[in-house]
Amino acid sequence: MPAIFTPKVITANALLEGDVVYLTQDDTWSRNLKDADVLTDEADAQIRLIDASARSSEVVGVYLADVSPDAKGPTPTHFREAFRMRGPSNYPHGKQSEAL
Amino acid sequence: MYRYTDFDAAFVAERNTQFRAQVERRIDGSLTEDEFKPLRLMNGLYLQLHAYMLRVAIPYGTLNSAQMRQLAYIAERWDKGYGHFTTRQNIQFNWPTLRDVPDMLDALAEVQMHAIQTSGNTIRNVTADHFAGAAADEIADPRPVAELIRQWSTDHPEFQFLPRKFKIAVTGSPNDRAVTKAHDIGLRMVRNEAGEPGFEVIVGGGLGRTPMIGKIVRDFLPESDLLPYLEAVVSVWNLLGRRDNKYKSRIKITVHEHGIDDIRARVEERFALLRSAFTGVDQQLYAQIKSDFEPPAFNNRDVAPFDQAYANDPVFRSWADTNLSAHRAPGHAIAQISLKAHGATPGDASADQMRVMADLAERYGHDELRISHEQNVVLPHVHKADLPAIHAALKAVDLATANIGKISDIIACPGMDYCALATARSIPIAQEIATRFDQLKLEHEVGDLKIKISGCINACGHHHVGHIGILGLDRAGVENYQITLGGDHTENAAVGQRTGPGFSADEIVPAIERIVDTYLSERDSADEPFIDTFRRVGMTPFKTALYGESEKKQKAA
Ligand code: HEM
Ligand code: SF4
Repeated sequence: MPAIFTPKVITANALLEGDVVYLTQDDTWSRNLKDADVLTDEADAQIRLIDASARSSEVVGVYLADVSPDAKGPTPTHFREAFRMRGPSNYPHGKQSEAL
Repeated sequence: MYRYTDFDAAFVAERNTQFRAQVERRIDGSLTEDEFKPLRLMNGLYLQLHAYMLRVAIPYGTLNSAQMRQLAYIAERWDKGYGHFTTRQNIQFNWPTLRDVPDMLDALAEVQMHAIQTSGNTIRNVTADHFAGAAADEIADPRPVAELIRQWSTDHPEFQFLPRKFKIAVTGSPNDRAVTKAHDIGLRMVRNEAGEPGFEVIVGGGLGRTPMIGKIVRDFLPESDLLPYLEAVVSVWNLLGRRDNKYKSRIKITVHEHGIDDIRARVEERFALLRSAFTGVDQQLYAQIKSDFEPPAFNNRDVAPFDQAYANDPVFRSWADTNLSAHRAPGHAIAQISLKAHGATPGDASADQMRVMADLAERYGHDELRISHEQNVVLPHVHKADLPAIHAALKAVDLATANIGKISDIIACPGMDYCALATARSIPIAQEIATRFDQLKLEHEVGDLKIKISGCINACGHHHVGHIGILGLDRAGVENYQITLGGDHTENAAVGQRTGPGFSADEIVPAIERIVDTYLSERDSADEPFIDTFRRVGMTPFKTALYGESEKKQKAA
């Protein structure tokens, strides 16, 4: 039996601002995890990753991050991704301060 | 203070122009990230979790008021109004955008600052005792030595692609405040029996995943032999150092694998060859640099205003007792400004706070400021009569916390709130510990105790040499904190020992409380500091306090 594939999103940092971005279904970059395309098929995820990684004039450090999809959209499964989505805990800076 | 020569200024300007062009070429797509990354790192520009980060060197931790004001300006203009001072005597700006960085570098150059060699496999910013030139216990000012090394190592053609980064620290005092034994090379300025100045050279110290206390490679090196000897050490390592494995590349591993005697023999051999190549120009340069570090003209005034405030104002008295150190000049003191207000982020200063510190340095402190590796700011030369006014000004901007060397004076690395390499957060743990012990009003009762926290095994927060060290890890997707006890960052440097299994984020502050309670009940008097009690009674009582009856349960977890 093939291993169960944990759903994933493609994420990176924007080249100019350096902030966290997610790949959407129509291959644009969004600042908001809610907009991210949730990939549930491993082969598809790998191809999307290769394509996204080639967009080096837009983003830096493209990778796949685990999420758990629920009714409100994908949520991170690991605390690192939760922090990336929110911003630092010592100041209300980063995404948590932006009206998303 | 050292001023850039025309050569220095031209070099920095040239580098900034180059980097501006490189940034443009990255943005217009002609450079890929793989090509650009080493270039940006050479200029101190990292990409962290939420944004870019610019790391600016503060050579030997010394800066003047104009430089501090410029840091405030940069923080406000291009960042979010604050900067983070680090254990490496650098300042980090956490929120620049890529396009703005060349302007930030130009703004730094205006006040003779830069971000060169704050990253990459080069000889990094040379650090020194933050009390240099002021401390009563000092043999000689280490900063001219640090500056000489900086000039020799900056852009040194042989040393731009070392096996790994290389860090040098210098102290001019027998009481080591520069953690020289945890650096690739540590230099202690000493005098031989004939009274001549020289260095004890320590090699192969380091923290990170394999912490090592440095070993003495030469117990007395005459002052004039410094550069050829350093060059010999670095080039021996440059040849032997392992480039196949990043975790084995630091000189501490080379020394460990080859043994200090073998390294010493190789260094001496190489030194014999190199020595003649140094024709004494370095010594002329050194003499010149020394004259840039002449002590300021100290005046002798009545200290009555100090005595009065000390007698009448308990808040001032507490601050004076905790934050002042002995100065070599009569009537003077070294004042430490704590960047560790209870609950604040260790090492952070707002632009407003930076400006107040700059003003105080200019008005009362011979225009000098220092950054300590403990992430505090120092006014190295103040007259005692001015301290009440200084204290009042600091109080107005929340900079008058009386906690230097105490349990809330915590070193913490940025951890997972900023750093891309982190396995857990460190800042909130520091904030919680400080807040908790402030609530308990135990801080002054506990006395000298160094807590140091890192958010991953790289140990940027010096946790190995903390009396209590805390290391944040990722245990199966949950933040987990490992404790070490008995570390020491001074001339008696020691690496702390692990207590046992780690604690969750919720459990770590209560665990620290249990350790402190154990110390309070074990110490033989209020005069015995934590580290001495630990050395006397050993790990056992602390282990029992931490794991006690539940030890089995913890182990099973
Ligand atoms: C972008 C953020 C940072 C990155 C990527 C980073 C990276 C690293 C790495 C990889 C090491 C381990 C080196 C080794 O063992 O070979 C290290 C060590 C160290 N870093 Fe950092 N660091 C960062 C921030 C800081 C900060 C904020 C400080 C100061 C508070 C700092 C000070 C140190 C110190 C003191 C060490 C240990 C000494 C040694 O080199 O053995 N670093 N860092
Ligand atoms: S110790 Fe780890 S988490 Fe902390 S700053 Fe260094 S690399 Fe980052």
